[in-house]
Amino acid sequence: MLSKSVGGLGRHGLSFVAGAGRAGLLLFGALKPAGRGLKLLPLLVKQLYVVGVQSLVIILVSGLFIGMVLSLQGYTLLVDYGAEQSLGQMVALSLLRELGPVVSALLFAGRAGSALTAEIGLMKATEQLSSLEMMAIDPLHQIVAPRFWAGVISLPLLATIFSAVGILGGHLVGVEWLGVDTGAFWAIMQSSVQWSEDIVNGGIKSLVFAVVVTWIALHKGYDAEPTSEGISRATTATVVQSSLAILGLDFVMTALMFS
Amino acid sequence: MDQSNNIIEVSNLSFSRNDRVIYDNISLTVPRGKVTAIMGPSGIGKTTLLRLFGGQLRPDSGNIIFDGQDIPTLSRKALYQARRKMGVLFQSGALFTEMSVFDNIAFPLREHTKLSPSIIRKVVLMKLEAVGLRGAANLSPTELSGGMARRVALARSIALDPELIMYDEPFAGQDPISMGVIVRLIRDLNDALNLTSVVVSHDVEEVLSIADYVYIIANKTIIAQGSPAHLRQEQSAQVRQFMAGEPDGPVPFHYPAADYQEELFNHVK
Repeated sequence: MLSKSVGGLGRHGLSFVAGAGRAGLLLFGALKPAGRGLKLLPLLVKQLYVVGVQSLVIILVSGLFIGMVLSLQGYTLLVDYGAEQSLGQMVALSLLRELGPVVSALLFAGRAGSALTAEIGLMKATEQLSSLEMMAIDPLHQIVAPRFWAGVISLPLLATIFSAVGILGGHLVGVEWLGVDTGAFWAIMQSSVQWSEDIVNGGIKSLVFAVVVTWIALHKGYDAEPTSEGISRATTATVVQSSLAILGLDFVMTALMFS
Repeated sequence: MDQSNNIIEVSNLSFSRNDRVIYDNISLTVPRGKVTAIMGPSGIGKTTLLRLFGGQLRPDSGNIIFDGQDIPTLSRKALYQARRKMGVLFQSGALFTEMSVFDNIAFPLREHTKLSPSIIRKVVLMKLEAVGLRGAANLSPTELSGGMARRVALARSIALDPELIMYDEPFAGQDPISMGVIVRLIRDLNDALNLTSVVVSHDVEEVLSIADYVYIIANKTIIAQGSPAHLRQEQSAQVRQFMAGEPDGPVPFHYPAADYQEELFNHVK
């Protein structure tokens, strides 16, 4: 019994290490200079549209509502202390430091990450990846690299848009609806938000999330068992593992940046 | 370049996957300009053999000499160079679904040559004409029937004028008309373009009608080989069962199991 569980543990350990090795090789293969330069540009532009532009609607709508809710909740709390003038500061700092990078990364994992995994898994199942290899074209350069860079470029931009729209949502509820003074809303926000502490740190967070989510999504698709069940498992794994990685890394980075 | 009579020479090839032996010390040759067929029951690893030829899998031991080069020992760069001389027709066609039929065929030309767009257009139309689908150039792969998709994939695999073309189960799941078209195309293209063809299939009659030489693989090894006429005369029980499609014989109908009566009546939980 004991030897069985030790054996099982060993097998899981080995399979985890092997998976991590394959993921590392995938990233290395996709990033290593391929001498293809300009040939990748149209592929990258297409993926920026698919991964980035097509994620805009969910980011805009979610950002707007989260900003509105933040403002509503913040107002009811701040008004008790007569500090409702600081609503702009509260909304902006919450969004720039935490909610912008984290929620947009979670939405990105669900919207774009799962789609990347399913697409590449299906390409594997329909032998499109094998077919590229046999045409002497490396699928890591042709398929993985443009998608990776598209994810890394898109998510920080989406997170910025998320925060900006969230602040507008906060303004809509706080100023237009609840009557907070518009001058105080913007002025206190402007004086309290620091460029390096808040905006740059939030940008670094979303860049790290972009690398991790896109890498997980591509690896899960490329490593998927080429069956319908395998692709479904891989897609689920992308969303679950990306979400956990985002939340775990967010804590670590927050501790390093703000403590 | 090696101009020996054989484009592929496999010697003493052994390959296993997850401790399961697929090939045990097999040797075979594929002569230039001929249609060579590799037949055998489902699940014995015929597709695996094509992947070994193409260097997508590495054997445990043995040599696979393609055009004078030992495929398993090649560097990645040399392997990719060698693959430019090969075309593969995958069982599913493996067309790129986000591209039109035209772009699918133009894709290898755009990737590997510096031809002008007008020359590429002419080459693509000529390849499509060869498979009878010039009129379908602007369709999407999702608008094609299974047989048409396979013909488009065939046009794509001959786009770079390879020396060798490998067909993975080209007749599987085809209606009689599509099957007849593909059978004729394999033979005609082989002869007209001076290709060498390897056809992996278990469709006995179709394969025998076009192949110059046939290998039959079973039980991890080659159980028979020769011209179609020779194989039709083969007396070995195993070959006869495969060629005639008999349900029982050396390959048993029943999966190995305990005694039937014993299991029905004396089984104690």
